[in-house]
Amino acid sequence: MVEPAAQKKPKIHDKGIEQGAAKLTPERIETVIRQFLKNETGARLKAYLETCVHCGLCSEACHFYLSNDNDPSFAPAAKVKQTLGEIVKRKGRVSPAFIEKACEIAHTECNLCRRCAMYCPFGIDVAYLMLAMRRICHLLGTTPQYLQDTAHSHSATLNQMWVKEDEWIDSLQWQEEEAQEEIPALRIPLEKEGADIFYSVIGPEPKFRAQLIYQAAVIMNTAGVDWTMPATPGWDNSDMCMYSGDNEMMARLKRAHFEAAMRLKVKRIVMGECGHAFRSVYDMGNRALGWRMPPIPVVHAIEFYYELLKSGRIRIAKKYPTPVTIHDPCNVVRGRGLHEMLRYVADALCETVVEMHPNREHNYCCSAGGGVINTGPPFKNKRVAGNRVKAEQLFRVKTKGVKTVIAPCHNCHGGLEDIIHVNQLGLELKFLGDLIYETMEKPE
Amino acid sequence: MHALYSFVAGPLLWAAFIVFFGGVVYRLVSMALLAHKKDLVVYSYMSLRYALRSIMHWLVPFGSLNSRKRPVLTIVTFIFHCCIFLVPIFLFAHVVLWKESWNVSWWYLSEATGDLLTLVVIGACLFFLVRRLVLPDVKYLSSPSDFVVLALVAAPFITGFWTYHQWVGFRAMGIVHMLSGEILLAAIPFTKLSHMIFFPFMRGYMGSEFGAIRHARDW
Ligand code: SF4
Ligand code: SF4
Repeated sequence: MVEPAAQKKPKIHDKGIEQGAAKLTPERIETVIRQFLKNETGARLKAYLETCVHCGLCSEACHFYLSNDNDPSFAPAAKVKQTLGEIVKRKGRVSPAFIEKACEIAHTECNLCRRCAMYCPFGIDVAYLMLAMRRICHLLGTTPQYLQDTAHSHSATLNQMWVKEDEWIDSLQWQEEEAQEEIPALRIPLEKEGADIFYSVIGPEPKFRAQLIYQAAVIMNTAGVDWTMPATPGWDNSDMCMYSGDNEMMARLKRAHFEAAMRLKVKRIVMGECGHAFRSVYDMGNRALGWRMPPIPVVHAIEFYYELLKSGRIRIAKKYPTPVTIHDPCNVVRGRGLHEMLRYVADALCETVVEMHPNREHNYCCSAGGGVINTGPPFKNKRVAGNRVKAEQLFRVKTKGVKTVIAPCHNCHGGLEDIIHVNQLGLELKFLGDLIYETMEKPE
Repeated sequence: MHALYSFVAGPLLWAAFIVFFGGVVYRLVSMALLAHKKDLVVYSYMSLRYALRSIMHWLVPFGSLNSRKRPVLTIVTFIFHCCIFLVPIFLFAHVVLWKESWNVSWWYLSEATGDLLTLVVIGACLFFLVRRLVLPDVKYLSSPSDFVVLALVAAPFITGFWTYHQWVGFRAMGIVHMLSGEILLAAIPFTKLSHMIFFPFMRGYMGSEFGAIRHARDW
């Protein structure tokens, strides 16, 4: 019953998955899966698989399902049925071809956005099950190539973008110099022991979006924040290993991050505008290390900006005039409940905020998250087509005059950028940091 | 026939109750132990307050967004679940049997109400069957076992209704009725019907994760 609908989908080639699967034998698959099930899974997997009553109440929660004309194979429970459900039923006796297909489903048809857990009466966590499937892919060596390359970078450099240690320091000093032309007394304090705040960013910031570091420095300096950044590995809070099923590396990365902050004896970690990184530090990585909650308080940029604006440490000179809309990033909304603070900040910065619906905890994912955008070009069209509902949401607010979309998350930026471009929506994307920098009162 | 009746009404009934209660305890305890061994997170994040908050939102009809989006299904499901508890426990014919065997009795439904609620259950089962056959996503998800489970639930109600109305072969049907009820009882802990046992814990866990850690609603 599982095969027909799935076969209609065009075959997408990915070297990582295909070459990995070519090396597999049914015996190896069975051994690896049995070990995984025995050693790494327990009551949650069992209860989720055995309790799902196949009612389909979760189907309409998923943007992939909605965007693919309600194709049943994209329903959350159907993705489980085609992957782990079948694997557990057959006790690991599945073919390499089955593994190829299951890897594609787990890696490119689910953003681990957890929206479906809010629609299933039992709270069955399909994201957890898809992560378990990805773990199997990792153990079998069939992770999509682009994602695996990112994971390799994490392993080799402890950051996502193959940034070398001196390049990191250079980037910060370069941004400091640039910003000093605007505010001469500005500093990006490296390695300052005992600072209040340890500011961490994701690997792509120094590599491609250095202006975000510039803007953060201006905001920190204007608000008079006692902050620092580390000159050592551990500066990157991102974590694609969390999504590639490389749990050991996920834990190593988070340890490097926490240890850098602890070495500098800071009071708390403030993270740039990224959702998956927040999930890795606040939810998954800390647990992998045995911390119930992060060992140092962790604050996402939304909450930090909220504090700065509410306390008046940042003042707005002139609000952003054209209408904006807000895209809620799953990992800080369903993952941390920051949606009201996000609206407080947006209202403080902008003249007009037009809401998309559904929003807040019920938002649709950007379809880039959960490592899906990191599977790279082979799966781009599928990813964009899998989020037609987001394009429709964006189009509706565009007709109400919206010109700008606020998305306080790097992954969301990547995903929405593609959706906007492919659907020719002509909307501009901004981080909160961009808007604060543009609208704030700066020191003379 | 009489010997068969005595067997089904006697030892087999005992067996069904023992399998049911024993099974429920076994499933709960073994799951709790497994969670303790492999999913300690479940214990460390479980929060009574947020678990109850979530369970309430999902038990009360229209308490969750999804249930508001599907009013018909919500009403059918709610009434169905209420009835499958109410009817077997408070049916006049059942209460009489308890009285005869154990000399205990409690409040019961009037015969007409019992009859009506039985029909409601049968109707709801039909509704679920049609849903499974007609809605593409539910059809895609359905395995043969899902239909078997539905039949297991419907059988005691259909046969009971038949017996009560004394249609042809009602004596034999009475035995089938008891038998199907016993099979259903014994099957609860070991089939998808175990969702009855695990619902509060699973919902409670997700409610705790969302409420206490993620500071977000989950309904
Ligand atoms: S993308 Fe989101 S809604 Fe869809 S299956 Fe994955 S976690 Fe569930
Ligand atoms: S995951 Fe939940 S909502 Fe989806 S089919 Fe299973 S029980 Fe129903």
